[in-house]
Amino acid sequence: MALPSYAGPLERAWYYGFRVICGLIFFFLMAPILIIIPLSFNAEPYFSFTEKMLSLDPEGYSLRWYDLLLTFGMLAPDAPRDAAWWADAWENSAWIRAAKNSIIIGVASTILATALGTLAALGLSRPEMPYRRAIMAILISPMIVPIIITATGLFFFYSATGLAGSYAGVILAHATLGIPFVIITVTATLVGFDHSLTRAGASLGASPQTIFFKITLPLILPGVISGALFAFITSFDEVVVVLFVAAHDQQTIPRQMWNGIREQISPAILSVATILVIFSIALLTTVELLRRRSERLRGLSPG
Amino acid sequence: MKKTLILSTALAGLAFGASAQEITVMSWGGAYTKSQVEAYHKPFTEKTGIKVISVDADNPATPIKAQVEAGNVSIDVADVELSDAVRLCDEGLIYPIDAAALPAAPDGTPATEDFIDGALYDCAVASIFWSTVYAYDDSKFPGEKPTTIEDFFDTAKFPGKRGLRRGAKANFEMALMADGVPAEEVYDVLKTPEGVDRALAKLGTIKSDIIWWEAGAQPPQLLADGEVLMTTAYNGRIFNAAAAENKPFVVVWDGQILDLDLFVIPKGAPNKEAALEFIKFSTDTQRLADQAKWISYGPARKSSGPLVGLFNDGKTEMAPHMPTAPANMENALLNDFEFWADYDVELSEKFNAWVAAN
Amino acid sequence: MADIADTGMASAPARAETLKTADGTPLKAALAHAAKRARRRAFLLVAPLLAFVVLTFVAPIGQMLYRSVANDGFSANMPNLVRWFAENPETEPDESAYAALAADLALAAEARTIGVVGTRINYDVSGTRSLFTSAGRRAARLEAPYREALLDLDEEWGSPALWSAMRAASAAHTPNFYIAALDRQVDPEEGIVSVPEDQRIYVPLFWRTMMISAVIAGICLLLGFPVAHLLATLPMRLSNLLMILVLLPFWTSLLVRTTSWMVLLQSEGVVNDVLVSFGIVADDARIQMMYNQAGTIIAMTHILLPFMILPLYSVMRTIPPSYVRAARSLGANNWTAFWRVYVPQTVPGIGAGVLLVFILAVGYYITPALVGGSSGQLFSNMIAFHMTRSLNWSMAAALAALLLGAILLLYWLYDRLIGIDNMKFG
Repeated sequence: MALPSYAGPLERAWYYGFRVICGLIFFFLMAPILIIIPLSFNAEPYFSFTEKMLSLDPEGYSLRWYDLLLTFGMLAPDAPRDAAWWADAWENSAWIRAAKNSIIIGVASTILATALGTLAALGLSRPEMPYRRAIMAILISPMIVPIIITATGLFFFYSATGLAGSYAGVILAHATLGIPFVIITVTATLVGFDHSLTRAGASLGASPQTIFFKITLPLILPGVISGALFAFITSFDEVVVVLFVAAHDQQTIPRQMWNGIREQISPAILSVATILVIFSIALLTTVELLRRRSERLRGLSPG
Repeated sequence: MKKTLILSTALAGLAFGASAQEITVMSWGGAYTKSQVEAYHKPFTEKTGIKVISVDADNPATPIKAQVEAGNVSIDVADVELSDAVRLCDEGLIYPIDAAALPAAPDGTPATEDFIDGALYDCAVASIFWSTVYAYDDSKFPGEKPTTIEDFFDTAKFPGKRGLRRGAKANFEMALMADGVPAEEVYDVLKTPEGVDRALAKLGTIKSDIIWWEAGAQPPQLLADGEVLMTTAYNGRIFNAAAAENKPFVVVWDGQILDLDLFVIPKGAPNKEAALEFIKFSTDTQRLADQAKWISYGPARKSSGPLVGLFNDGKTEMAPHMPTAPANMENALLNDFEFWADYDVELSEKFNAWVAAN
Repeated sequence: MADIADTGMASAPARAETLKTADGTPLKAALAHAAKRARRRAFLLVAPLLAFVVLTFVAPIGQMLYRSVANDGFSANMPNLVRWFAENPETEPDESAYAALAADLALAAEARTIGVVGTRINYDVSGTRSLFTSAGRRAARLEAPYREALLDLDEEWGSPALWSAMRAASAAHTPNFYIAALDRQVDPEEGIVSVPEDQRIYVPLFWRTMMISAVIAGICLLLGFPVAHLLATLPMRLSNLLMILVLLPFWTSLLVRTTSWMVLLQSEGVVNDVLVSFGIVADDARIQMMYNQAGTIIAMTHILLPFMILPLYSVMRTIPPSYVRAARSLGANNWTAFWRVYVPQTVPGIGAGVLLVFILAVGYYITPALVGGSSGQLFSNMIAFHMTRSLNWSMAAALAALLLGAILLLYWLYDRLIGIDNMKFG
């Protein structure tokens, strides 16, 4: 939509005005995420830019809040920083424990959601699938149903079945929440899937397993991986279910953040937030690269 | 020392078996939990070898009810408010505790007489008196400073935001006291619909300036951030922010509402015996006095009073900061647990409707 | 599908006589058999997941909803009185009823369930909880005649409202929590009536939730439309780059984004600081942007905006620019070409985005809880209140059922209008 050479002054003004408006909206999208990064290096316990920060005085900046992430919850945070100190941090630091839990729960629920979800997406994208629409609606519903309702339901259900306060309970719940994303991403990949490839494989005598692992999976792999990443971030970001069904030894990063926000919004929260933003950027980059690879594989775009 | 350690470890081993090497204690978080960890948990672990895991909730009564009704209890000891303790006991959600089994005072006075009247219940043992007060940031008041409960509701005299706990409890009483109801008549007035309307009308005069808080750690934060000019708060939280973090916060004692915090054992607690041992240990004379080193809450034992000394900074005298100090009690209201056990549902509904209405 | 095509028989010219496959079975039967097998195979692929979701999601929610009509706090703990109610329908309480009551009170006090009984009746008749607990403490000492003995304890024991509430509670199932959730109550004489205006909470809150969600969806559309249009019309390379700016918020933790908004919006926060330093706002008149409705709307708009931009973008990308050019060449001015030709083609995207944002907004909990103050609370927050504070779980379940009903209706609408399979991310 380049500006045509015959455009009048009004059109010219609108052309640039429109871009300025869009720029402002992009600013609205990005600013809140980026603003916390410099603030997390604040030397003072405030959320505003101090004079020293604005004049770029190095004294206005510090890593104290990142240090607090390590020391918070440790038995002996003031001991000399030798191997024993690091072992203490690894064992007892509240944030490190939360990070470990987040990763354990995130990885386990992602594997579960991706395996079941991919299998189901293969079935759902077959034209002969019976009750396709209704089943699809049920499988996507964990994304639509308000999280508080899901969490309340799981709270009673888990209490009755003894899953409350266990890793298994949180993992199962997070897998359920991640499934819609796997289904949506993998079925989207399968839309452009060329079925003559599998037929060719079958006519050449390959077993269904061979066809799946040698032909289908490599082609839909980018979609599967994006779906898995979606499922992972869903679990990694989830707090309400954890609030309702997890015990204190399954505290995850978002749960710890929730505590922090309600207790005291110190810049320590912002340093966690900064780390999470960087993490999101890494995940997003991976997904983008995968999407482009997938499009190239399927010949949809020049890449 | 070494001898007692061996002895107590052996005893612990006999009494609770190998599985009871830790108990979970639930409390209210922030400075309050810290005071308990320092005064109770650490010495208890040192003495018995039983590890104490500390967990927090906005109100521990909630997870207790949830866990017991669901039959999945992970908490051994919890710290709850008086009205909640009575309610949980009536609903059979906590174990009875035999007050006679509690340790006697150092001079031999039995526990049943040593505790202040109203501090022992069928199923609960009180540890501290705390109070809901209001506080302000001194640096924001160069001229006249608020001194009475009326001043909190007077936004013409002191324009600015007010922080209040989101809930009916304490707010209704404070509103009535600010409206001129004497402390001893507050609950009688609140039992009538007119009294409730009167309290809501008084709250209504500052409604547009209210910022609600939920967790006890929030009010000092709201004051420090300048989000509010004055806020109701638990007195110990304000004291700690002032004493430990050097914030210029001032507590106004006029119209304070006194309450008790009690230890309870949820029904089905995994380590019931160790939990009882913990309560006995923590509510003895010395331990209750020790807690005052960490937060300004008054011990529930008479014999602990004289032992209360300095704050852990080594210079602040604690006695004048206790809610039970005579100077602070001039216009104080003791929370009526029966009233709240009865009217909590109704008043909470009215309160919620009032908050939601524009 | 594959098997059928491979036989090559399907394309054979139709004849009057029955066609047979190579092994001699009639073609029709073979086809039906193959189709059935294909259907079964497809279903078997989906079955594990379906079972999983039903077990970990549908069943728990169903079980929770059952609580909204079931509460045996009274019926399970007052056996004598329950029996009396069953044997004497429509009878005024007589001495035998009071005797049953006294026996049950003693029983419940002994079993420490008296508080449960009182709490259950207190839901229907306020201020009666202590009636039960205090009578329970003295129930063991009560003597016949029980009617006088109980009325001596408290006049309230003779109240018809109390007895009708006890009769209603003697069944383990009750519609009362739904009645209360609709801001109504049961009056012994007049049946179901609205509660006084100053006690109506849930219905106004429900509509306020709908309204706030609609406002958020509207603002998202307003902000999302130009961005999606720009992304759809820029060259691929550039638009892919800008798309990252939309996707990054989408991938960033909800709590991180909510925290950022708290940092930005509080009175000593960045936005107010900037306004003050530019002299737009006086230092003592900082704008209250958080802990109210504005806070909820601003933060949720930011969080949900990508859900608007993505569907809009995927529709706009497919609109050929030649239509607008044709309209221009036929004499339409810019505005007419845009409004009459371009916008109608984006309607599927608008519908998908608006509905999706609206559905997600209606169920929000975390963000309003943190930045919403009192005027910015949504329906979910009330469910959480009854779950974690008032502990009236039946009420929480009834409210959850109402919210779920509304959401499922919208979800059904979404499926009808847009189709669930058209949902895409990135």
